Amino acid sequence: MGSSSSISSAHLLRLYDRFESLDRDNRGCLSPDDFEALGGLAMNPIGGRIMEAFFSSGQDTVDFSSFVRILAHFRPTDRNRNKEGAQQELPSSRTRKLKFAFQLYDMDRDGKISREELLQVLRAMLGLQVTEEQLQSIAERAIQEADLDKDDAISFDEFKKSLEKTDIDTKMSVSFLK
Amino acid sequence: MATLWRFTLFLCMLLMACGGLSLASKEAKTRSSQTETGTHNTTEEGGHGAGPITTLPIVTWKWDHISVQYLVALWVLVCWLCKLLIEANHNVTNYIPESALLICSGFILGGMIWGADKVQTFSLNPTVFFYFLLPQIILDSGYHMPNKLFFTNLGAILIHAVIGTCWNAASLGLSLWGCHMGGAMGDLDIGLLQYLLFGSLMAAVDPVAVLAVFDQVHVNEVLFIIVFGESLLNDGVTVVLFNVFDAFVSLGGGRINAAEIIKGIVSFFVVAFGGSLVGIAFGILISLLTRCTKNIQIIEPGFIFVMGYLSYLTAEMLSLSAILSTTFCGVLCQKYVRANMDESSVQTVKYAMKVFANGSETIIFVFLGISAIDKVIWVWNTGFILLTVFFVFVYRFIGVFFLQWILNRYRLVPVELMDMVIMSYGGLRGAVAYGLAVLLDEKKIKEKNLMICTTLIVVYFTVILQGITMKPLVMWLKVKRAAVAEVSLLEKITNKMFNHTLVAIEDISGQIGDNYFRSKWRHFEEKWMTPFLMKPSARKKQDDVFDVFHQLNLKDAMEYVTEGERRGSLEFVRNDSAILDFKKKLEITDMIGFLCSRDHIPSVSLEMHEQTMKAMREPEAVDVHHLLDQHLYKSRKQYRHGFSRSDFKINRDEKEVQEIFQRTMRNRLESFKSAKMGVSPPKTLVKYSKKEQQEKVKTKRGNKELDSIHSTDFEFSEGDSASGYDSSYPSFSMRATYRPGGGIENPAFMPDLYPTDLLQEIPPWLAEGEPDSSMVAPSLRAQANLPNSPMEMHRLGLLPASTRSTDTKQMNNDQLPPPPTPPPPPPPSGHM
Repeated sequence: MGSSSSISSAHLLRLYDRFESLDRDNRGCLSPDDFEALGGLAMNPIGGRIMEAFFSSGQDTVDFSSFVRILAHFRPTDRNRNKEGAQQELPSSRTRKLKFAFQLYDMDRDGKISREELLQVLRAMLGLQVTEEQLQSIAERAIQEADLDKDDAISFDEFKKSLEKTDIDTKMSVSFLK
Repeated sequence: MATLWRFTLFLCMLLMACGGLSLASKEAKTRSSQTETGTHNTTEEGGHGAGPITTLPIVTWKWDHISVQYLVALWVLVCWLCKLLIEANHNVTNYIPESALLICSGFILGGMIWGADKVQTFSLNPTVFFYFLLPQIILDSGYHMPNKLFFTNLGAILIHAVIGTCWNAASLGLSLWGCHMGGAMGDLDIGLLQYLLFGSLMAAVDPVAVLAVFDQVHVNEVLFIIVFGESLLNDGVTVVLFNVFDAFVSLGGGRINAAEIIKGIVSFFVVAFGGSLVGIAFGILISLLTRCTKNIQIIEPGFIFVMGYLSYLTAEMLSLSAILSTTFCGVLCQKYVRANMDESSVQTVKYAMKVFANGSETIIFVFLGISAIDKVIWVWNTGFILLTVFFVFVYRFIGVFFLQWILNRYRLVPVELMDMVIMSYGGLRGAVAYGLAVLLDEKKIKEKNLMICTTLIVVYFTVILQGITMKPLVMWLKVKRAAVAEVSLLEKITNKMFNHTLVAIEDISGQIGDNYFRSKWRHFEEKWMTPFLMKPSARKKQDDVFDVFHQLNLKDAMEYVTEGERRGSLEFVRNDSAILDFKKKLEITDMIGFLCSRDHIPSVSLEMHEQTMKAMREPEAVDVHHLLDQHLYKSRKQYRHGFSRSDFKINRDEKEVQEIFQRTMRNRLESFKSAKMGVSPPKTLVKYSKKEQQEKVKTKRGNKELDSIHSTDFEFSEGDSASGYDSSYPSFSMRATYRPGGGIENPAFMPDLYPTDLLQEIPPWLAEGEPDSSMVAPSLRAQANLPNSPMEMHRLGLLPASTRSTDTKQMNNDQLPPPPTPPPPPPPSGHM
């Protein structure tokens, strides 16, 4: 784990403290209840999705290594390293961050953001005043803009392309996970 | 055009005012000469001491009686008119901060007075400044201080305040002395001690100036709080340094030995901690007082101001740090005052405080400008002045960078380099330095005028020059913005999602490290302070869901009435043809909402004239981007800190939080129940019929508890209050089936609307959110005892009054199998 996440040991220790404090019944792993106890997540429109990102495929507990692995996505990208190749493996590289974001949309993991999935995200993030028709038109337009191969869904490459101007590194980094 | 008129109007008023003021001062002189010469018999100029009158004066000119008061009021008016004029045009205030413009207005006014009087009759009197203008600003800062942020960064703030200020003072004083010795300043009669004294008064970063400039430049909150906190807390150091060096100057160089220096150091601790203790004592007094003021709610707000002022004066009386005292008074009492006092009183305090603080700030800046136009104080010494400005600037940078570099090693979230630049650049000097300079004793310090002059120049340099360039600098130092090309929709959505993601990750990973102290403090506070300082009813409100439910019902009722009034009247209630649709048809209202931007979503919608409403629907071509911009939820990170002088934006955010929260809890309940009952969660999102949409909203209204509690202090203690309710989440989601906020179950007219075919159509708000929620099904409760008789209506209506106990226990036992594990004990709230 040390090499894959490359988090300093001090931070690991603190994350472990945090893990333990979240783990209220001391089972050594986190369950959805533990996440739900965090008030902030309930108030987050995509809190549920983030939560699910921690529970990889089918399991319903998160152990510490998975916890850290997910959180490692949010480490600030080390700008000193300017070799793309060296960065590819790091969880915090730009591609990996994008992949994480992509998976927040793509709940069924089929590699494409379908219109339905986009609608779901929109529904979660937009206020209740927005009607169904409006949502549909937003989703329609969004897919139109990003969909290059006209398959009515956004693949990961299309996603990456449409976000090439965005500064993913700062937008998806939490500074205390150095 | 309008601005032109305003400008001319202002000029006229200004001229009249100045004319009046100088006339007044002239009259004051002539009046006193008249009284000496004896009797004077006109009807116009009778009054005070004009000699015996010989006939009854119908009208007399009583200037003497009210000259001081009149002048005060007139000056306040003139200053505020300046502000009015400045704020007329936002284009200007975007580039030049308001404080700079106010100072320039002060120049103009000062020039007018000078032209009329040939002498500066008005200037910023230190007594007036320190006792009448400054306290309310500090009280406002303390009361609106974001406590959590403040105490999280308290270490950095203290280090900067104490060590930074000492460094500034020492370095400035010594460098100037060195230059003096080196002959750069020509012939000046200033000794080392006096230089140090000057250094100490120049060292302090000024809270008024910082607030004024940073208000318009929205930097990130950590940066702001460090600079601002430093500016507040360094008063402790400034007072000590100033008094110590002042005393040393009086004592003379020869009598300073080790004992005196040690006393100086000791006095620092005494002044700083003593001031804080006074503040804390007054904070406790205020909290206790507001506990008992239930019967005099009308003057309740006044107590805060009086006691705050008293804390200032008490500290001043004991020669302790008055600013520290007032700050901590405000910091301590804010929570309890807000809990204890009635909502309208809380609002009153908030707005009145802003009025006072903002008003004082305006007056201070205008007078800072006026004070400059005074020939007496202008002693020019190029070397002294330029070197001072240079050293102040440079040493600030050095000090901040060095200290922050050290601090960053211990900080969990290090302050970035660019932020450090802004921190150094934001070390503005202001009126406090000027006030202290005027307080110098000219007998001991021969070059007092030079010092005043220099102080003013430094103040102008920082406030005007640095203020103007602050915003461009902030923008320049940030990562270069991408070209302002059209941002694609997906980018927009994803950006917003990133925001939310980061907030969630921060929540999950927690504020690593300071949990321990925070949880300790929270325990202490809950156990000792809250019972002592908070009204029992307020305490109950804090952790009792019941009162929240009551408030929710009230809120529902009010929204209902508002909606009814908007439609015309509540007459529809008796109208058979009207359909009282509790299904919350947003479709209609949201269009109206678009057009006439209302505050809140009504929970009930009235489908009275369905045809006409449909006609009003907007055409298909809706600007999708605009739509996104309007409706995307702001993530928590974007909530602006609330201590800005002029912005109060809370309402929108509460609504968003409400909605998000409702949805989330609804989702959770679904998955929870499906996990229990072994039914897969429905894909409600896919086929999103309107029914379900409204049902979703309806069913989770009960969870607004957190939001109404949050609404009071959402800005500052979102973490605090949220964490305090962690324990209630699991239990509440189970009790949610009780649906406390389940709409306005007004027993009064329900019988009207319950036709006999009730059984076929159970109103959805009573229906349980079953796994297969495409079909509206009656809840077990509704099934068990359908409210189809007035008696039952009555019972429903009694729900608010009766405790939850009867219903919920029944329901919980009926509806859900007992949870496999007992509900986990409430986690220590520090886990947030």
